[in-house]
Amino acid sequence: MSDLETFRRETRAWLEANCPPEMRRPMTSENDTYWGGRNAKFSSEPQRVWFERMRDKGWTVPDWPKEYGGGGLDRAEHKVLREEMAAMGARSPLSSFGIWMLGPALLKYGNEAQKKEHLPKIAAGLIRWCQGYSEPNAGSDLASLQTRAESDGDDYIITGQKIWTSYANYADWIFCLVRTDPTAKKHDGISFILFDMASKGVSTKPILLISGYSPFCETFFDNVRVPKSHVVGTVNRGWDVAKYLLQHERAMISGMGERGVGRPLGQVAADSVGTDEQGRLEDAMLRSQISTFEIDEAALGAAAERAVDLAKAGQSHPAFSSAMKYYGTELNKRRHEILMSAGGIDALEWESERSRGGARPRAWLRTKANSIEGGTSEVMLGIVAKRILDLPGA
Amino acid sequence: MPLVLTEEQSMLRDSARGLISDKAPVSHLRGLRDSKDATGFSRDLWKAFAEMGFSGLLVPENFGGSGLGCVEAGVVMEEIGRTLMPSPFLSTAVLAVSALSRGGSEAQKSAHLPGIADGSLLAALAIDEGAKHRPLQTKLQAVRSGNGFKLNGAKALVVDGHTADLLIVAGRTGGAAGERSGLTLFLVDLKANGVAIERTVMVDAHNAARIEFANVEVDADHVLGEVDQGAALLDGVLNIGRGAVASEMVGLSEEVFSRTVSYLKERKQFGKLIGEFQALQHRAAQLYIDIEITRAAVLKALQTLDGDFDRASAAVAVAKARAGTTATLAVQEGVQMHGGMGMTDQFDIGFFMKRARVCQELFGDSNYHADQLARMKSY
Repeated sequence: MSDLETFRRETRAWLEANCPPEMRRPMTSENDTYWGGRNAKFSSEPQRVWFERMRDKGWTVPDWPKEYGGGGLDRAEHKVLREEMAAMGARSPLSSFGIWMLGPALLKYGNEAQKKEHLPKIAAGLIRWCQGYSEPNAGSDLASLQTRAESDGDDYIITGQKIWTSYANYADWIFCLVRTDPTAKKHDGISFILFDMASKGVSTKPILLISGYSPFCETFFDNVRVPKSHVVGTVNRGWDVAKYLLQHERAMISGMGERGVGRPLGQVAADSVGTDEQGRLEDAMLRSQISTFEIDEAALGAAAERAVDLAKAGQSHPAFSSAMKYYGTELNKRRHEILMSAGGIDALEWESERSRGGARPRAWLRTKANSIEGGTSEVMLGIVAKRILDLPGA
Repeated sequence: MPLVLTEEQSMLRDSARGLISDKAPVSHLRGLRDSKDATGFSRDLWKAFAEMGFSGLLVPENFGGSGLGCVEAGVVMEEIGRTLMPSPFLSTAVLAVSALSRGGSEAQKSAHLPGIADGSLLAALAIDEGAKHRPLQTKLQAVRSGNGFKLNGAKALVVDGHTADLLIVAGRTGGAAGERSGLTLFLVDLKANGVAIERTVMVDAHNAARIEFANVEVDADHVLGEVDQGAALLDGVLNIGRGAVASEMVGLSEEVFSRTVSYLKERKQFGKLIGEFQALQHRAAQLYIDIEITRAAVLKALQTLDGDFDRASAAVAVAKARAGTTATLAVQEGVQMHGGMGMTDQFDIGFFMKRARVCQELFGDSNYHADQLARMKSY
């Protein structure tokens, strides 16, 4: 038996023994997960148990080096772990922008002190991070950001405003893009800096969305003092870090559809529209929409798998995450349109126990942001056209 | 299994691409079409294919082949799709070899596989009878007669039917049209009495034939697999064929796309390169993404056929449906973005459009496979 097969057998046995049954069911919403942080609370005992066991193995971040709190798994082992978790429907033990976005950027651009300081705390879920990228008038034109960091001895004094800061009101620290050289060309005067959200001068204000939730905030910085040592990478070269991190963000968003998978669409639809004597959905057009959707979803799954394998083989294009982000978000919107259509009037209920507080319509509305956040679909297509297809600039 | 080609598979691709792009660019097909060539493909080229081991790619080593898998067959099909090279690769090297090696007796294998591997024997699969692909609707009668069977009926769209030496024919030994049981596959010599072949000139200038069977007698030892139990064998063979055609469509889509993107970078209108217009940039980007996702789905299906054959149906349905839709989009966008030039016979784009239409119909179009997937998932 090869080492990898042994690893698979042992992993499966460990997961079977350690993953509570409650953690093998699909999540019902983005809030039904553990985010960690200084003020974190577990929503259930199984959630706590599952998180702590995985943390102790380093499996909140299985592929990070052990010295930074990771599991030290190589690529093949990491893939085995993902496959085995997927096979039993095991949830991710920790949701974290630190894991999905900041961690990879720190591993590539951070200095040793920064890695030692932050990565283990991310892995252990001790610090919850938020992302300070978007600004009110920048939108998709991210590099036109105005938040400024003025030099004052060993510190920067940061002043400005961010918007669409996901869960800023719950976050402990922020990774933030600031303008350190206002005279430089717009991409050349930006730095990537980390600071504590408890710092004097930081305030947040939630934004209520059409889904009735407020996952985003406006975030204000009023003369926030931050040590210069908190800059990641080179001063004024923060755009490189930002772009690298965006690739990870886009990969994460493109996978959001899969994370929300619940009952098969065909069954959901059969419950409300019924089936004919041959077991086919009464609504032939809906049946066709569902099967076409499932074809595209399966194909996207293969493409996501291939993207990982291409990256491992050193054959991937750095802008390919934009392609996946585009397709994944458009597909997720389609899934939720079908779910609404399959549910009919039952899917319209907004507040009741039976509808779990209007989970379905709220999730449907939430997906509309998928093709806006992390770069709009139009921006993604522009990136593909220019960077992959090399079409001429307008 | 990583969803990327191995080094050996990449080398196979390079050698196939070298031969095909050198000896059979689109002008090769154009020449055969314009001269109304009676064979419809180049026998010399097929010989070269055999010498490089392509005709015996799926033939087991003990029968003279290289014993490779569906991924490798797909690699060659993709290159064929890039130049639309007409050849018996699909009919003989993929479909017939799969039918023989999966369903044949040792005697049947020894009789036919070595000839296919060395390029001397051509074969074709005769399934569909109506306008759309419906294998279970087979009506061709196979009635027991003496030591064997007597075949009566007709087949349409038999790929390479008029040049084949050997036909693999689906007939009904029992059951009614639409039923799974009662299907049987037969090996029929093309020269047998009662076989009438009409070459049909197809829109894509590739070979296909209508074949009629009038009291054609076949011996019992020409039954491929079990009598009445042919449906499962046929499913497997068709799934391999679907994976192969999906690969051809990936190659075809990518070639049309690459020609179209080049055109966007050289054609000027309103004082600008048309590739500068955002409307076209976004459509090109969408098509690129579509092709990349389809490529992954097709590779997944081929790997599943090689690794977990009995559970490959869903992956194959996904691949064939996606490839059909993607190829259709690719040729439509190709013609549209080439403007009036794309409508001329002088430009090659139209050849791709015609071939894509045929590939879409072969072994079930996108609608057929979407329906199959829904049935597999019981809704």
